[in-house]
Amino acid sequence: MAEPHPVDVSELAPVHVEKLKVSDEPAIEIVDMNKWYGQFHVLRDINLTVYKGERIVVCGPSGSGKSTLIRCINRLEEHQKGRILVDGVELTSDLKNIDKVRSEVGMVFQHFNLFPHLTILENCTLAPIWVRKTPKKEAEETAMHFLRKVKIPEQAAKYPGQLSGGQQQRVAIARSLCMKPKIMLFDEPTSALDPEMIKEVLDTMIALAEEGMTMICVTHEMGFAQAVANRVIFMDQGQIVEQNEPKAFFHNPQNERTKLFLSQILGH
Amino acid sequence: MADIAFSRIEMLPPVAPPASEVGWIGWARANLFSSWLNAILTILSGAAVAWVVFHIWPWFAHAVWNANSLAECRQIIAERYGEGASGACFAVIRQRWHQFLFGFYPQHLYWRPTIAFFLMLVALAPILFSNVPRKLLWFSLVFPGVAYWLLWGGSLILPVAIYAGFIVGWLCHRLAARFNSSLISVIAAVAGTLIWWSFLAGPVARGLGGVLPLSLEPVASKQFGGFMLSIVIGMTGIAFSLPLGVLLALGRRSDMPLVKAICVGFIEFIRGVPLITLLLVASFLLNIFLPPGTNFDIIVRVIIMVTLFSAAYMAETIRGGLAALPRGQYEAADALGLDYWQAMRLIIMPQALKISIPNIVNNFISLFKDTTLVAIIALLDPIGLVTAIRADTAWNGIVWELYGFVALIFFILCYSMSLYSKHLERRLRTDHR
Repeated sequence: MAEPHPVDVSELAPVHVEKLKVSDEPAIEIVDMNKWYGQFHVLRDINLTVYKGERIVVCGPSGSGKSTLIRCINRLEEHQKGRILVDGVELTSDLKNIDKVRSEVGMVFQHFNLFPHLTILENCTLAPIWVRKTPKKEAEETAMHFLRKVKIPEQAAKYPGQLSGGQQQRVAIARSLCMKPKIMLFDEPTSALDPEMIKEVLDTMIALAEEGMTMICVTHEMGFAQAVANRVIFMDQGQIVEQNEPKAFFHNPQNERTKLFLSQILGH
Repeated sequence: MADIAFSRIEMLPPVAPPASEVGWIGWARANLFSSWLNAILTILSGAAVAWVVFHIWPWFAHAVWNANSLAECRQIIAERYGEGASGACFAVIRQRWHQFLFGFYPQHLYWRPTIAFFLMLVALAPILFSNVPRKLLWFSLVFPGVAYWLLWGGSLILPVAIYAGFIVGWLCHRLAARFNSSLISVIAAVAGTLIWWSFLAGPVARGLGGVLPLSLEPVASKQFGGFMLSIVIGMTGIAFSLPLGVLLALGRRSDMPLVKAICVGFIEFIRGVPLITLLLVASFLLNIFLPPGTNFDIIVRVIIMVTLFSAAYMAETIRGGLAALPRGQYEAADALGLDYWQAMRLIIMPQALKISIPNIVNNFISLFKDTTLVAIIALLDPIGLVTAIRADTAWNGIVWELYGFVALIFFILCYSMSLYSKHLERRLRTDHR
């Protein structure tokens, strides 16, 4: 478990709050979802509806099931009970549905998981070419567009091993965006980064939020949560313990567990 | 207390290192004479090397290249260098050179394996080196059929009919695509290919054979021999064992219990049985199990056994490479929406194979050397030939020259594989440059 690095809100790029709009159409619906690892009950009665344009931050102590929760949304983990609908498609063991959902949902991992044997550009064009059947030239143009957006177009011909952690994570974001996803999942995107690189990744995510992307982000960056999120969810022991708007969540937590967690993570 | 304040007025320019640190003097100092003990060891080793060379050199220097028997060789050496002088009798290699290359292949047809050999180099080029035009890969695909036709002769229609099986399979795959299930497509492709091969290929080939009499003089498998035989068995085994090994490794990691059980069973069975046993089965027993009337060529049987044997080891080698990949690579491929085969082909295999290169080449080299075991079942590979030559009264008693020559050729071929693997590792290194 990486140490949380709370970044001060004032250090982040200014957020244009007027651009952050939430629609009333649901993007993800999770109903009475339960998951077990063998005997261990990891996720218990999860009910969560995510509307299009929402930016949700999920936090909680290590082992609370927050990563498992978002990994269920693109079926990297299988749930045993309840229903998950992503953009109206229910996740079952039907491989066709799973592949469809996965191509609509982008995911950014803690350890970037770039493909080390491919160049940055090839990392970004691979899925559009093979999954979306985009012509190579068009895929490359799209990839360059998103690489410019995450501010590293000049690295396109290099290999991931030649980039810094922050750059690799921004490539990972660009790689997901190249599939033109409707929803982005972030699994502790800054936990493996040095403090000076966290900001560049968070700024990229803020820019993404301003474009109206539906995002669920597991993170300990409370500054980011306060600046960007419209909802903060606190999980403990595999259940949603508290959720609220960021302001109320941070300044007026209700549950004792939340209070304890916040006092530990914010360090006062 | 001394004055500790210091400020440099002039910066020092770089100066060339002393002669004792660079060049061969520096190298010798660092590696050979770094201490008294090392200096003594260096001198002793030098003396030992010199002694060996001094004693072996006359054997090479007195070598005879022109003679018709070992006795004649010895006579020539005695005449030239005096009674009791030792010398190599390379005349045997000169005299049996063609046999070493081709075995008992008909002499007037030597051009066929020769052409096949050079075509093989052309076919290998695009596979081995990335700067060769990619279009040549089509030739690499066609080459096995061409080589078969050149080596065994007979009608060109037979390899064409076999290749047509793949096209039939591909068409079935295409037709079944409308059912929108990859399983049905694969079954259709395999079934189509098998039906074509077992029922349609024969009649079609016979029918076309009348129309297109493109035929070479047939050569029987028992006439094959020498390094030609080693290369035919070795290269075919290498070419087929890698893809088969990849499939077995994937099958062993599969979630499907039946597939997994079949792959584990196969791998463990083959690994538990000596190759010689498999070769003896291929030679003596296989015909008993096959339906009466089918006559399976002995070289094809040997190739199948060698391939299966090597594939089992290959599968374990590749499984090691797969296990070494971080889980994140699988998850990233899944999260992007790639299906299983795409993820394996584009993400997992390129990395797993790269990790396994040293071990894969290790398997290739050992497979190639194992081809000499076919001498056991009376095929005349180089080792079998040496035995045959030594049985000839003219050359009875000759040992070093023959086995040394075979060893030298094997060393050259295996060492080039090893060099290529080093080259490939360097070329594929993308992580830390």
